[in-house]
Amino acid sequence: MSQSYNRGLIEDFGRWREFEAGMWAWIFHKFTGWVLIGYLFTHIAVLSTGIPAAGASEAALMAGEDVYTQTIVSLEELLLVRILEVGLLAVAVFHMLNGTRLLLVDLGVGLDAQDKSFYASLILTGAITVASVPTFIAGAF
Amino acid sequence: MSTQIPKQTDESTETDAEADAPSKGDERRAEKRRRAAERREERQAEEAERAAAAEETVELKVFRYDPEVEGKQEPRFDTFHVPFEKGMTVLDALMYSRDTYDSSLTFRHSCRQAVCGSDAMFVNGGQKLACKTQISELDEPIRVEPLPHAEVTKDLVVDMEHFYDQMEAVEPYFQTNEYPEGDLEEQRQTRENREKIKMSTRCIWCGACMSSCNIAAGDNEYLGPAAINKAYRFAMDEREGEDLKQKRLEIIEQEHGVWRCQTQFSCTEVCPKDIPLTEHIQELKREAVKNNLKFW
Repeated sequence: MSQSYNRGLIEDFGRWREFEAGMWAWIFHKFTGWVLIGYLFTHIAVLSTGIPAAGASEAALMAGEDVYTQTIVSLEELLLVRILEVGLLAVAVFHMLNGTRLLLVDLGVGLDAQDKSFYASLILTGAITVASVPTFIAGAF
Repeated sequence: MSTQIPKQTDESTETDAEADAPSKGDERRAEKRRRAAERREERQAEEAERAAAAEETVELKVFRYDPEVEGKQEPRFDTFHVPFEKGMTVLDALMYSRDTYDSSLTFRHSCRQAVCGSDAMFVNGGQKLACKTQISELDEPIRVEPLPHAEVTKDLVVDMEHFYDQMEAVEPYFQTNEYPEGDLEEQRQTRENREKIKMSTRCIWCGACMSSCNIAAGDNEYLGPAAINKAYRFAMDEREGEDLKQKRLEIIEQEHGVWRCQTQFSCTEVCPKDIPLTEHIQELKREAVKNNLKFW
């Protein structure tokens, strides 16, 4: 009896409402990991403008008129970039905290409390993100 | 079930008596079948009425699928109303539904006390052992489906062959080259060692963990939590000796062995016997690393 039928998403993400802490931690960890990789490339692209800027004259550098400074300044002027920076911090902090949690899991420490440590990293991420908002958004509006 | 048995015996006695007059017998049998079907329908309607009128009933939505019967090949959910009794489990409710309403409702069960591991199902979105899941702890309507990530054979029955293959791949039986001196000597295990492997011996091969595992779903070669737990049970048993432990580690540290686990803890959450599966897998990972690290 090889006949079967595809039950679709019910077998996977269709049951996301029933996901337990460990599963959410895994999903968030994957997601934040990919976001950080994506950020890494834009980060490298922005920093690379320092190469042409290094050839600029002393006067242009002092006046802040080189490509590198101009790129940074024009980016920071955008409200969207300011808000994205808050998001980036949240993503990075969660990835670090959950990474520590996973390290403990790998070492076999506190596996009974793995769900609590996930909630703790979520709360801590939230707190740090909220605390960072004044710094990132200052002068943006 | 109970509705079928009397009808079948009637038929067989009749066949003996009317063997020489097939056409007449056929007619009568058809008539009899029709009447039996009517009676059954009547009785089911009565039962349904009684169930609906009873003080406390539970509503069960059960997954139905039968590839062999035309008209049942399209999966659907059937609703059953079952009178609630204190201590009723999902399995009890399913058996009531089968015996009272629809004898074609198919599911595996055997011991009814969480030992045989036949009746792992997907109840309200979680892998549960139907015989140890109390109805009173569930939200209504109770959705009962076959285990996810397995081929459905019929209704709530899934094909477990792949799961058994993975279990057998880790050689789930005791082996040793180290025998105690003297022919009549027992192979003794220390109390500490027994405690260490105690939880891992509780596996009943129900397949709930394998079904819940996201990685096993995407990677058919992954041994899966149950098989790795089995490997743990023997690799950690000190009576097996060093060379066999080495052999077991070689099985589990393959590409699709322990390293596929990404610690989602799904298996640990669903295990009806409360085996700390993730903990065992993680310990085997550390064993595998220690086994391969050489400082020279």
